[in-house]
Amino acid sequence: MSDSANASKPSSSVKLVLLGEAAVGKSSLVLRFVNNDFQENKEPTIGAAFLTQKCSLPTRTIKFEIWDTAGQERFASLAPMYYRNAQAALVVYDITKPSSLTKAKHWVAELQRQASPGIVIALVGNKSDLASDNGNGNESNSSGGSGGNPGEPGPDAETTGDAISAGQDGEGNNDAIEGSGENAEEESDEAAARDARKVSTREARTYAEEESLLFFETSAKTGTNVTEVFTAIANAIPESSLKGGRGAGAGTGQTGLGGRAAEDSRVNLGDRATATAKEGCAC
Amino acid sequence: MDPPNDDHGTPELSEELRDRSSSERQSPAPTSRNRSVSPEGPRPPLPPRPDSLNLLADESASARAAGSAVPENLQGKATTAVSLTEISSQPNTDGVREVSAGAGLRSLPESLRVKASLSQPSSSRVSEAGDSASIRSFAPGSEAGQVEDLFGDFSGTEAGSQRSDAASLLEFPGLRDDSVDQFLREFDPVGELNEDGSNEDIILARWKAKRKHYLILSAAGKPIWTRHGEGGLISSYIGIIQTIISFYEGSDDHLQSFSAGDTKFVVVTRGPLHLVAISRMLESESQLKLQLEALYMQILSTLTLPSLTHLFSIRPSTDLKRPLQGSETLLSTLADSFTKGSPSTLLSALECLRIRKAHRQAINNALMKTRVKSLLYGLVVAGGRLVSVVRPKKHSLHPGDLQLLFNMIFEAEGVKAGGGESWIPVCLPGFNSSGYLYMYVSFLDLRSETATIADEAATKEDSVAIILISADKESFFELQEMRNAFVEQMEKNESIKIIKAAIEKGRPIVGDIVPGIPLHHFIYKSRANVQFTASSYEPEFSEVSKRQRLMSVYNNLHAGVHSKHTHIKIHHCASQFASSFAWVTPLFEFYCVSGPSASRNALAQSASKIVQWVQREEERLFIIGGAIF
Repeated sequence: MSDSANASKPSSSVKLVLLGEAAVGKSSLVLRFVNNDFQENKEPTIGAAFLTQKCSLPTRTIKFEIWDTAGQERFASLAPMYYRNAQAALVVYDITKPSSLTKAKHWVAELQRQASPGIVIALVGNKSDLASDNGNGNESNSSGGSGGNPGEPGPDAETTGDAISAGQDGEGNNDAIEGSGENAEEESDEAAARDARKVSTREARTYAEEESLLFFETSAKTGTNVTEVFTAIANAIPESSLKGGRGAGAGTGQTGLGGRAAEDSRVNLGDRATATAKEGCAC
Repeated sequence: MDPPNDDHGTPELSEELRDRSSSERQSPAPTSRNRSVSPEGPRPPLPPRPDSLNLLADESASARAAGSAVPENLQGKATTAVSLTEISSQPNTDGVREVSAGAGLRSLPESLRVKASLSQPSSSRVSEAGDSASIRSFAPGSEAGQVEDLFGDFSGTEAGSQRSDAASLLEFPGLRDDSVDQFLREFDPVGELNEDGSNEDIILARWKAKRKHYLILSAAGKPIWTRHGEGGLISSYIGIIQTIISFYEGSDDHLQSFSAGDTKFVVVTRGPLHLVAISRMLESESQLKLQLEALYMQILSTLTLPSLTHLFSIRPSTDLKRPLQGSETLLSTLADSFTKGSPSTLLSALECLRIRKAHRQAINNALMKTRVKSLLYGLVVAGGRLVSVVRPKKHSLHPGDLQLLFNMIFEAEGVKAGGGESWIPVCLPGFNSSGYLYMYVSFLDLRSETATIADEAATKEDSVAIILISADKESFFELQEMRNAFVEQMEKNESIKIIKAAIEKGRPIVGDIVPGIPLHHFIYKSRANVQFTASSYEPEFSEVSKRQRLMSVYNNLHAGVHSKHTHIKIHHCASQFASSFAWVTPLFEFYCVSGPSASRNALAQSASKIVQWVQREEERLFIIGGAIF
């Protein structure tokens, strides 16, 4: 597979898994990415859906093999099957539902513990269209968008904050900015009417920085930032590990590196990878 | 198989029928209409053809029958049931009635034998029906309750109304547009309560307007799922149901069903769950029970029996809502398919796509050829109709299990809307209720050749799914490869085109099968194959509400020929607007509906012609054997 594709613009497969609480919009993100489509009131996913989509980068083509898992608890025990060989994970929460961020944190911890050490994890706050500041945060939200450098989102975070506070109507923005942590929960009625956001960008971003995750706020409904997430993931996956196609990292013994998406982990992964795509698939 | 003329003597039948219709003309209209056969008595009069019935009027009028408890005179009431072959061997119907009445009341506490009046609880509202309801209860295992519905006006309350409503159900031509809307509204959500509860009255009114309710609650009284209305809105009603059920359990009895006016309440208790159906849609107790069983199977399919049992054994007050989260839509679509009327559920049988035997063989061969090690069952299904099956020799497929799968795949949006291939853990309770199987599902894109991909327009009927089931949860990619190889095979041998053409052709129209016969619609169930075939709903029954009525007529016929203590082989039902006819033999069940002008003779002859056609086409209409490894 990758042998033949190594020509001018190499193409490689990336296994990606979506995790997160029920009804945060995992399937909607995927459908937006794959079909550029959005369905209001989509029925919950049952089990898991498998989709593929190509993502074209300047130097190569990435074929995402996406596992869109159901968020219900009873399916949680099946999750390891989907993330075991994954090179990337989208952990999704709903910016209007603080409990979904908590759940997302659990997923991140589980991935860091159990998944391939080199896995690229993106934390995604979906439903940004429900926040009143949705209109202007677009560019700045895509912190890792071009750089592919999840490890240093520092300056980006500030820019985002600025961009948001410089935004249009006062109340909503204040709410979004101050909403970090405790404040996010309590919300005045008037604000609720305009702004359903209950997880502040800053809170989630801070967490993402601590854990070295890519971070985005997206709207599957409007399409905001959706392609950007996948592009950023494609960029964040080191070229070396791509040669191996999917599933190179299963059962690797690099425990010392934990889940931190450290660069050397990826390099090692790349070394271990073989050029056969099919073989890597243990499913 | 014998055509009816041989064994059952159509000429005889028509003679009998003529006699009966003449007596009908002479006799005054009985006040309550029944069917029973009393060989000794004088030939009973036939029911009058109701002349001014419409469904809505009847629903309100049906209350008139309420109030009569157990009548004493069980003799020779009107009948439209005709049993030709069994008429002499049939036990005395009076005897049957005594048995059923006895069974119904035998084990009830003395205090319950008389009809209990459900007075309005002071605390909360009760449905209109409940206010003045009379409760009748049937003892456990009393299948006889069903007999009552069909035969006796001693069941008073609902039997009378059922008869008259059943007649009005046949009123297809008189269906007004507003009643169409009303039926479609049955499936609308009732809406949500405001935070201050200000709209409670409106929402409750909408809730009460539903003609059918399903409630599932735990033995401890916790609401688990309701088709309409949220727990908070209707908790008082859940409480009442729970109280009634536990009242009977307190005396070591199990409440099975009761009626209030034209509303029937049926309770099925399975392990830690009570499932309740409340219907104003003239369904029989056994039919409602079947529906509740299917809902229970859906719950098992989601959780498996051991895990359901475990949840409640460690904590009887478990809130099952959480473990079932996400599967509510499956329950709802299943419930709605019952409400709309599902021949598959009614007959506990499957429908197949009609294709040539050789074509089906080619698909079977492709399945066999591409079969992978981990495959347990492989199915090709076109919009709920089976195209091909591959299965191991020692395991057959259970219609109930397939019904759950088809509901999940074709009715509920969750799988299809995923937009890709699916990998779904599912328990098939008929196969094994204690564990999960893993199901690979992918849809064929039949439109790729003709048009650009417009999957939105793809309806349930014309979507084709390939379903591969394995016991190994790691086998997704293996099955995916099998699917790809299988589809390639089918493209090579043109099977895909054949399936597509068969789907486009649709079900046959009666007139195309046998020109000139008066039937509007029929269903034929092959008992041996557990499969059925039906004619097209077009043009008479293309609207969902008319289809629902058609199904109600079939419900009624089916109940008529399936009560435990009857030996009815032929069953005819007539109204001013339509006639319906059922014919049951050990090999098949046949049900049909025609316009009101069709004579019974003509119906019987048409039936026999259709049956002959089905038997000629048997290997196209049904999957016989299938691919077995």
